[in-house]
Amino acid sequence: MTPRLRTGLLLAPAALWLLAMLVLPLVVVLVFSFGERAAAGGYSAAFTLENFANLGTRWAAFKNTLMLAPVGTFLCLLIAYPLAYYLAVKADRKWRTLLLILVIVPFWTSILIRSYAWIYLLGGQGIPRLFDSLGLGNPRLINTPFAVLTGIVYGYLPLMVFPIFVSLERLDKRLLEASADLGSPPWRSFLQVTLPLSMPGVATGCMLVFILLMGEFLIPAMLGGGKVFFVGNALVDLFLQSRNWPFGAAVAVALVVIMLVTVTGYMRATRKWSGGRDDVSLM
Amino acid sequence: MAAGRVTQVDDSPIAELRGTTKRFGSVVAARNLNLAIRPGEFLSFLGPSGCGKTTALRMLAGFETPSEGAVFLDGRQMNDVPAHRRPVNMVFQHYALFPHLTVAENISYGLRQRRPKPSKAQIDAAVERALETMRLPGFGPRRIWEMSGGQQQRVALARAIVNEPKVLLLDEPMAALDKKLRHDMQIELQTLQRQLGITFVLVTHDQEEALSMSDRICIMRDGEIAQVGSPRDLYDRPTSRYVADFVGKSNFFDGRIERLDGSTAKLVGPGGTIFVGHANEGLGSDQPATASLRPEQISLTRDAGGLPVTVVNRIFLGEHTEYLVRNPDLGPFLVLASRQAEAGTHNFEPGETGYASWREGAALILSKD
Repeated sequence: MTPRLRTGLLLAPAALWLLAMLVLPLVVVLVFSFGERAAAGGYSAAFTLENFANLGTRWAAFKNTLMLAPVGTFLCLLIAYPLAYYLAVKADRKWRTLLLILVIVPFWTSILIRSYAWIYLLGGQGIPRLFDSLGLGNPRLINTPFAVLTGIVYGYLPLMVFPIFVSLERLDKRLLEASADLGSPPWRSFLQVTLPLSMPGVATGCMLVFILLMGEFLIPAMLGGGKVFFVGNALVDLFLQSRNWPFGAAVAVALVVIMLVTVTGYMRATRKWSGGRDDVSLM
Repeated sequence: MAAGRVTQVDDSPIAELRGTTKRFGSVVAARNLNLAIRPGEFLSFLGPSGCGKTTALRMLAGFETPSEGAVFLDGRQMNDVPAHRRPVNMVFQHYALFPHLTVAENISYGLRQRRPKPSKAQIDAAVERALETMRLPGFGPRRIWEMSGGQQQRVALARAIVNEPKVLLLDEPMAALDKKLRHDMQIELQTLQRQLGITFVLVTHDQEEALSMSDRICIMRDGEIAQVGSPRDLYDRPTSRYVADFVGKSNFFDGRIERLDGSTAKLVGPGGTIFVGHANEGLGSDQPATASLRPEQISLTRDAGGLPVTVVNRIFLGEHTEYLVRNPDLGPFLVLASRQAEAGTHNFEPGETGYASWREGAALILSKD
């Protein structure tokens, strides 16, 4: 068996899988997006650009997604970085594993159940009532962008914490000694050494969270109460409720294109920032 | 060899450890260290791993705080001064170069931490000079991972010396280099030290490295200073069996001091063999002691006279030949014969018999242990 053949055989299952599960569905979606809705719902073959022309009617969903996905990613980063830093650098080694497990524990329960918990917490019987009893007014929390962002940060935090934790954990502590030795006080060592060297982890975490957020539909559906909906919710609606498959396919294609553009731009930017280093892994 | 260099012997020490002890939990890494480092000298801490030499260096750098005693730099007590405010720089064992910065950015790192910040022109000029000194001209824009091990070490040196520290600390800087490169680097370091006039403090476990480069060596054992002295002192006048064994090779024969005459002792060894030589302080007559005899002080001949021995093994070392010989009373010991001394005769073969002898007074009488 030639090495070439062996490589081919080893790659074949994965290639077939990708072809059947990714490429083919994408082609189907692309074909559907140019079709027409059949009278009873579903797809009827045609070639029209009408679906794409109608994308504007779903502008609110795109706007929400494109606003809340980056903001949610950024909030995750803001909370995850200090947490990861504490876990990787400051925490006692004895406790580190336990603390790490605590970060993962929420993942052991379905996001559905956890979101229900948030519905209660943010709803009339939860935090607003607590505020009310303290005489701080009765803020409306549930079904607001704030509620959706809270759910997002809560649900996606571990995905941001872990890559950053790994990059901080791998950081050679001697580099910080070298920095101190060369006259840099601790806070400046953090800015000049720790932060830049943890950027691969930050980049990975941001990518993971951002890409998954772009397709999110559960959290907006539950905590946004139909008022703060994402593209994902529009897709659920179009495919499952109004059964307008071609329009749904067009929305999906538009989302994929937006993701490709933003992610490519982001990767370009990080590569430029990292000065063409080949040891910076983005994903 | 070093005589011309140590001209400031009378000056107050540039760095000093005074009764310095460092404990990590219940482990004592360094115990009551007392050492004054002179301005402009090349001093090495030498010892096996775990002897406390790195701890001593790290206390000078400010990475460890003494549990007891004090660290002085340039006359100032430094115990509570953090590493980033100390007038010393370090070359780390694995260089610890910043992987996200270029060679030039690595070298200028220390200058860029200064407040007020030097101008870009000043920094660039200093970096250029440092690159020149380390024979790395034009390497400034390179990335660290594009450099070979030897080049990385030069960058690490440049990054330290560009700051003109009062003391340059070197933590096993040659450990990661291959033997040939290590030798070249030793010469280069020595030249650099003379050229810059900066005090160098080196930590190493390689006795050859310490002997060839240092003005003085501080030999450490189990967290304590065993002996401080010039390489020649340590070689010729070790004060303990440990030092005699660590600096160069030596044969040790246990016995009893029969007579002590001033500083000269006569020791009766196994089988009544007599060893005469300089005795260490604190030794008394009729006391068990050890005679140390360097292999090169013993000559091996075929002419009867001296101690009859059988050659067990022979190792050709180029200029020298090392024989392992055995005497029924003394057991096995080493003899080093120079090619010159053997001129005209042929080498001893394993199994051959001969006679070992040494000049009276060649031995050193040390306390047992």
